[in-house]
Amino acid sequence: MSTATLPTAHFDLEPMTGPSKEQLLELSMGPQHPSTHGVFRMKVVLDGERVVRLKPVFGYLHRNHEKIAESETYLGSMPYTDRLDYMCSITNNWAYALAVEKLAGIQVPERAEYLRVITGELTRLQNHACLIGFLMQDMGSSGTPLMYAFREREKILDLFEALTGARMMCNYMRFGGCRVDLPDGWLDQAKKVVADFPRFLDEYEQLLVSNEILMERTQDVGVLSRELAVSAGISGPMARASGVDYDIRKVDHYSIYDRFTFRVPLGSHGDVYDRFMVRLLEMRESVSILEQAMRAVPAGPIVDPKMKIRGFRPKPGEAYGRIEAPKGELGFYLVSDGSPNPYRYRVRPPSLINLTVLEDLCLGRNVADIVAILGSIDIVLGEVDR
Amino acid sequence: MVGEGILKGMAETARNFFGSFVSKDRLTTVQYPEQRELRIEAARDFPFLVYDGADWHQGMRCVACQICEKECPPKCIFIEKSKDKKPDANGKPQFYPAVFNIDISVCMSCQICVEVCPFDAIKMDVDYDLSTDDRFGGLLLNKQRLSKSNEYYRKIHPTEASAVDARLAGERARQEAKAKTAAEARLTTTAVQPASGEPR
Amino acid sequence: MTHLVQLAQLLDQIFVLAKHWLLGYVPAGAQPLCSAVLSVVPIIIVFPLLFAITTLLERKGLGRIQNRYGPNRVGPFGLLQPIADGVKTLTKEDIVPITADHAVHFLAPLLLVSASFMDYAVLPIGRNMVIVNLNAGVLFFFAVGSLMELAVFMAGWSSRSKYTLLGAMRAIAQMISYEVPLVLASIVVIMQAGSLSTVAIVNMQATYTGIWPHWFVFTPWGFAGFVLFMVAATAESNRSPFDLPEGESEIIAGYYTEYSGFKFALFFMGEYIGMFATSGMAITLFLGGWSAPFSFLAWIPSYFWFFAKLLVLIAVFIWVRGTLPRLRMDQLMNLAWEFMLPMTLLNLLTAGIWHFMPMGPSRWLVCSIMVAVPCILLSRGLKHKKKFQVHTYHYSE
Repeated sequence: MSTATLPTAHFDLEPMTGPSKEQLLELSMGPQHPSTHGVFRMKVVLDGERVVRLKPVFGYLHRNHEKIAESETYLGSMPYTDRLDYMCSITNNWAYALAVEKLAGIQVPERAEYLRVITGELTRLQNHACLIGFLMQDMGSSGTPLMYAFREREKILDLFEALTGARMMCNYMRFGGCRVDLPDGWLDQAKKVVADFPRFLDEYEQLLVSNEILMERTQDVGVLSRELAVSAGISGPMARASGVDYDIRKVDHYSIYDRFTFRVPLGSHGDVYDRFMVRLLEMRESVSILEQAMRAVPAGPIVDPKMKIRGFRPKPGEAYGRIEAPKGELGFYLVSDGSPNPYRYRVRPPSLINLTVLEDLCLGRNVADIVAILGSIDIVLGEVDR
Repeated sequence: MVGEGILKGMAETARNFFGSFVSKDRLTTVQYPEQRELRIEAARDFPFLVYDGADWHQGMRCVACQICEKECPPKCIFIEKSKDKKPDANGKPQFYPAVFNIDISVCMSCQICVEVCPFDAIKMDVDYDLSTDDRFGGLLLNKQRLSKSNEYYRKIHPTEASAVDARLAGERARQEAKAKTAAEARLTTTAVQPASGEPR
Repeated sequence: MTHLVQLAQLLDQIFVLAKHWLLGYVPAGAQPLCSAVLSVVPIIIVFPLLFAITTLLERKGLGRIQNRYGPNRVGPFGLLQPIADGVKTLTKEDIVPITADHAVHFLAPLLLVSASFMDYAVLPIGRNMVIVNLNAGVLFFFAVGSLMELAVFMAGWSSRSKYTLLGAMRAIAQMISYEVPLVLASIVVIMQAGSLSTVAIVNMQATYTGIWPHWFVFTPWGFAGFVLFMVAATAESNRSPFDLPEGESEIIAGYYTEYSGFKFALFFMGEYIGMFATSGMAITLFLGGWSAPFSFLAWIPSYFWFFAKLLVLIAVFIWVRGTLPRLRMDQLMNLAWEFMLPMTLLNLLTAGIWHFMPMGPSRWLVCSIMVAVPCILLSRGLKHKKKFQVHTYHYSE
């Protein structure tokens, strides 16, 4: 068996001008990998350590979510939306509920809107905390920032468990409001958690923000220009870090976000450091929204009294409902033909759309940068593959 | 100066290191299985069937209406209605489930079956130590394994259980009041009719 | 009082006396060989034991930094965890890839372990306790230490896998680049001591003025040299923040991806033993070897001080590992060639000036400025070239 040389590179992408084929190394940062945030594969063609081509391969977690929804009732799809972006189940529920409410013209009472905002912003907090921890872990910090982030996340997940019964698969929203009302003492506990959160953010900033190694690893790495961000449909913190001033909470004025004053941080360089810092600053803004909301929760019903749980048949039509999910613009497009099951159910996954520019961001960088860039895009494979 | 950020970071980790010996907030591990986390009341794991009284077969609230079977998203409930009827808590004869299986390897704990049940017969349990080495039948819970008493329900979800008990007691009281007025009406009508024309 | 002094001296020399007593029972012809064996065997017993304890301390230390317990199930406080790990590695299947070069694949871990153990031949662990008192001890140390790099490359190349090749290339580039500041940082000490022999260097530092010792780390050039030496030592042992060759989140395990079972344990041990050896050399050169930090503590045996200092350095390694993310390859190289190399050369100049200036506060001032100013200027130059600074962000309403 003559295996005197390494196997020759075999790839279905023709490399662009540059070194000859024999010098290039094709590496598969394969589905099983400690840093790809799930089962995600990247076929990378390297020249030494520099990236020449990169092709993402996904679909390892495809679970037929959209097809299953066509045979389930509208309410029956709600627990499945929890499992799309499994870190932020409540915002997934919210986007779906918004789409159905648009489709069927359902009103949401005040108290329910406040509860939606409170739980949605708590979700945003824990998602960004997770992301920052994972980014540091991928860059080699052997888990210390990750453990600190998860320590705070656990407090928020305990709140979710007390309210909805489950830590991550909350299944909390219903069409026309929320499923269950606040138990006694929940609001006080939530206020305490939110009051403690800025201390954790300060500790995190001290650990990381002026850390020279972090700065060297993330500044000028994976720069996403403003034009490319707009033309590729990037949304969420990734677009705002490139300077695109687009936050759906401010653009669509959905729910009751108009009543709260909050700012939207924007970056100017569009590199990994900016995406990291924009999320850190967004956490502070979420804390401010939460403080405002929790002070003013009114009494009242939590679900539209006219809504029945069973036998829900919206009139034929179509609707697109979108929210500012922690990862970007999460949208649901529903087409109804009058039956209890949707005719067409489509998810606009922010992680997938943000991932389409991965090759442009990684060209010419080192292998070590790929991991940092992928971490900063903030993907969850449940959403990419649905 | 170079290294300043690094030194600040190292001070932070040193604070966590020494703090972990001193304060509870800096060492949040719970040593399972010797210690357990405090269970939060609203937590939910897999469904169970509620029965009133002491006999699980006699006091089961489920009347095999099969609504939960239809609404379950992953279709993990399997019910076979009985042919005969048995009296329920109010004495009224109702059907009962001859077979009631839940496959908890499929169940996704979404709680929709609890929401749609009109009889408060199925509720969410909090038991998670359900692993078994029987690959085929061990995770298919049948009617007997699913039945747990109302006292157990009161123990695991006190607020919910007291609300359900209050509502059921109120309904029962209303039913009894209605039955009493109906019985009194029947008594007075049967007493009045034969004595027509004659003063009492 | 003299009894106590005699007792302290006896305790200090107890291993040396034990060895001489044992040699008395050996016929004269076999004495040189037996003497060598008796010197070597304690090293081969003690340092792997220290390695086992360090793996446990590292996991528990990192755990506490990360707000959790380390291992605490095996034995009280997890003290028997190294035994469990040892049993695990011994009983694992030894998988060798079919396409691998079997001879080289087998030899690589052996070479690594042998080279790292040979480093201990010239480290003075206590008073009169050095295996071989070579005239060129420091030179021997660095020469043998370079064999470790060869072993790393053998491992990566022979595994015939893309990941390992990538890891081996990175490892070689890193280790060779950091040899230069490592050796240059030690030259200042050699200049000052006037000898390459480790025993002579330690003897020079084992004297006291009042209660303060004459360790070289308490001088400006010595302090700078110590810091540079420790940074280079971290890079030489492939530890965080320089552990890109075994970058766990990118290339799984780098050059030892294809090793399993006991060979993996040998790699692990070889790296740690090398780390201890380099720390031991740092202690010998800068921290006064086996001498006590204050003259009134000199009654405590010398080998105790050596191991105490070694444990402090290990704790610092663990602390740094728990805090910092890893550097990228080109940044690693930049640090070595553009920052550390000029600093070590300037350090040489500073040490020379120290030698020729008269004693007194003036030479302290001059040398401190000569060390601090270039450090600040070089680091600012590095930052400016790449414009690394904390960004400011604006908000929109």
